[in-house]
Amino acid sequence: MSDSASKDTPEQAEFRLYCRDWLAANRPPDPTVRLPLSALEIMTTGQLDYLQAWQKAAYDAGLVGCDYPRSVGGGGRKDCQRVANEEMLTARTPYFPNIIGLGMAAPTVFYHAGEELKQRLLPRLFSGEDIWCQGFSEPGAGSDLASVQTFAERRGEKWVINGHKVWTSLAHFAEWMILLLRTDKSQKYDGLSYFVVPIRAALGKGVTVRPLIKITGETGFNEVIFDNLEVDDGYRLDELGKGWQVAMTTLLHERGAGELQTPRAGGLKSKGSHATTAHNLIEFARTARRDGKPAADDALLRDRIMQQLICETALTQNQRRSRVPALLDHPMRLPLQNKLLASEISQHTAALALEVAGASASLYLGDDNAPAGGQWNLAHMNSYGMTIAAGTSEVQRNILGERVLGLAKSK
Amino acid sequence: MTQPDNFGFGEEAALLKSSARKFFTDRFPTSTLHALVAGDHRPERASECQWDPGMWQELVELGWTMLAVPESAGGVGLPAVAVAGLAEELGRAAFPCPLLGTINASYVLATCGAEAAPALAEIAEGRSASLAITNSVGSWSPGDTDVSCRDGVLNGTAWYVQDARKAARLLVSAQTETGLGLYWVATDAPGVSVQADTIVDLTRDQAHVCFDNVQATRVAANGLAALGQAMPAIWTVLAADMVGAAEWQLQTTVEYVGTRRQFDRPLGFFQAVKHPLVNVMLQIDQAKSLVYNAACAIDTDPARAAQYAHMAKAAASEAAAFAADRSVQLHGGIGFTWECFVHLYFKRQKHSQLLWGDAAWHRARLADIVIGPTTAGV
Repeated sequence: MSDSASKDTPEQAEFRLYCRDWLAANRPPDPTVRLPLSALEIMTTGQLDYLQAWQKAAYDAGLVGCDYPRSVGGGGRKDCQRVANEEMLTARTPYFPNIIGLGMAAPTVFYHAGEELKQRLLPRLFSGEDIWCQGFSEPGAGSDLASVQTFAERRGEKWVINGHKVWTSLAHFAEWMILLLRTDKSQKYDGLSYFVVPIRAALGKGVTVRPLIKITGETGFNEVIFDNLEVDDGYRLDELGKGWQVAMTTLLHERGAGELQTPRAGGLKSKGSHATTAHNLIEFARTARRDGKPAADDALLRDRIMQQLICETALTQNQRRSRVPALLDHPMRLPLQNKLLASEISQHTAALALEVAGASASLYLGDDNAPAGGQWNLAHMNSYGMTIAAGTSEVQRNILGERVLGLAKSK
Repeated sequence: MTQPDNFGFGEEAALLKSSARKFFTDRFPTSTLHALVAGDHRPERASECQWDPGMWQELVELGWTMLAVPESAGGVGLPAVAVAGLAEELGRAAFPCPLLGTINASYVLATCGAEAAPALAEIAEGRSASLAITNSVGSWSPGDTDVSCRDGVLNGTAWYVQDARKAARLLVSAQTETGLGLYWVATDAPGVSVQADTIVDLTRDQAHVCFDNVQATRVAANGLAALGQAMPAIWTVLAADMVGAAEWQLQTTVEYVGTRRQFDRPLGFFQAVKHPLVNVMLQIDQAKSLVYNAACAIDTDPARAAQYAHMAKAAASEAAAFAADRSVQLHGGIGFTWECFVHLYFKRQKHSQLLWGDAAWHRARLADIVIGPTTAGV
């Protein structure tokens, strides 16, 4: 019986051992600062410095960008990023700060930029020296992304950009932005074009970055205003009017359904940080009290906690099954579910934890008596970032209904 | 113990699954099923046992009924992941036959040791079987039985026996002076009377079986241990059947809402229709992934088999119920009629949902495993 999917290729096997050895010797020391749950919530330069140093070290060791060609700063390997990711997650490393760069900008630049631009941008992106952000959403363009109004007007070899982008995570640290804008007001989809823009260099010279305060009270994302910013035509990706197609490459990779595996590290438990998992919920329910008994003894709560555990296990098993072609009827069916399920499951787990907490669910981060330091409340509120960003759950359901089930398009 | 990345679902399993898909698609379209089982719509009708014994014989000749019989006992001995693949296709076709019962009996007998060898040999020769291990209140706890045995003679009644009129043999659990024993009996043996239940599900038959001084062959002295070991496979195989049936419900409803137009649009355009169908798909896929995970644990990680099988049957029960619910609702008026095929699967799924424990039952047992029993006791 064939068992090939469960076996590494010789290249992967050798690379896996290399990663394991390197990680054993080079896992970074624990941070002295509290790290946020994900790179999208990085608030201070102290947090950023620690995480950038780690990404640079991992890149220099060949664990980032493994499957990209050497000519653009990659490792020139075949299907090895997955191996590096597995080893980094197992080793419980810190996560990478350049999450938008690695997950969205890199594949987009790789597939749609000219060779020279790729060689200039990708190495510093992989190393984390250049942080990237994404300029897609606008006050008037959320789920209906193709209605963006930020406009670039041609003046010779230059473009002059005016407009307003919102929900821009990491913009306050970013050197570069991937930017979807309009070059033709007469056509909706075909009037869009796609640029990479050096925003840090232009701060105060046509670019303004202002923090937006999240529902949790944290900062971390921003609005970005373009006021007559001049950009070279050489920073345009792909053809004029092909912005929507380029954006699809970005979004496909953002949702984990793209061709190139995103470099992913993580698992480090930072002091005071807290994962929204059924396992943590069970441990919490053992300590919380309800009617004088452990909440974990309450039959109704047990049932609901098991529902979360089952969903969480199913998500892991979906990922496993997505690599077994004989058990798939449609190649995109599981990849396109991933973000939707992951975000909704953790949202429900956090909400249930707050019920388990009872009256103490009212206490927040600054209260000494808050269960888990108030992290369940933080996780619950932050979970809406996940169900709204990168295509809301409603848009995800449209995509699944239309692309996988073949139902009639909503637009 | 580590499990293989691909669930151990290899070429042989993939070939079996695709052959089964083709066999049922070619030979048993839903129109054939409807013509076979839905002839009499009267609600007060007595339950009939409508099936195609000729096609069943073909399944026997293909070897599909002896897949779970170990090679050492003359069977095919395929891993549980392969059996689950076949069960998924069986459920997709809702083919009326005693395959699940035969597989269930194989799994129990395979845990019983030498005493069970002749019974396994009968399955390997093509005999069908069903489990007769449920009492009058329908308890899903293995060990609750209303049948007793003294000196190899059975008395009492086994309830909720699936496909009893199609099966040639029964695996009966009975109380003895020393605990729970398992016995192997022919359905036409003297003293056995199969009393058909009138049931909603048209794709199965069900009965209570009365034993009146029936001579039986013991296959296991410690029946509780045998059943405990085999139940994860029984739950998993049924869950696989439900996943396949739910996929039929999803695809059939998707096709309908693509054709049916209202307000100048296909129904599937509307998000009130589109999103629930996506939710059905999400539930099916979670259940399906959990089914193969459980089957893989049965094959390679037995210590976790019960835990994962509870998850699979709980998720499949929810998915089956939801797919059944939306398949009728989204077909609108036609979905409420006898002529529309969705009722066949609706009824099969509502039956499967509770068979061998519904979702809440499985979650309660899962909680006992992963959280531990409640400290206060029951």
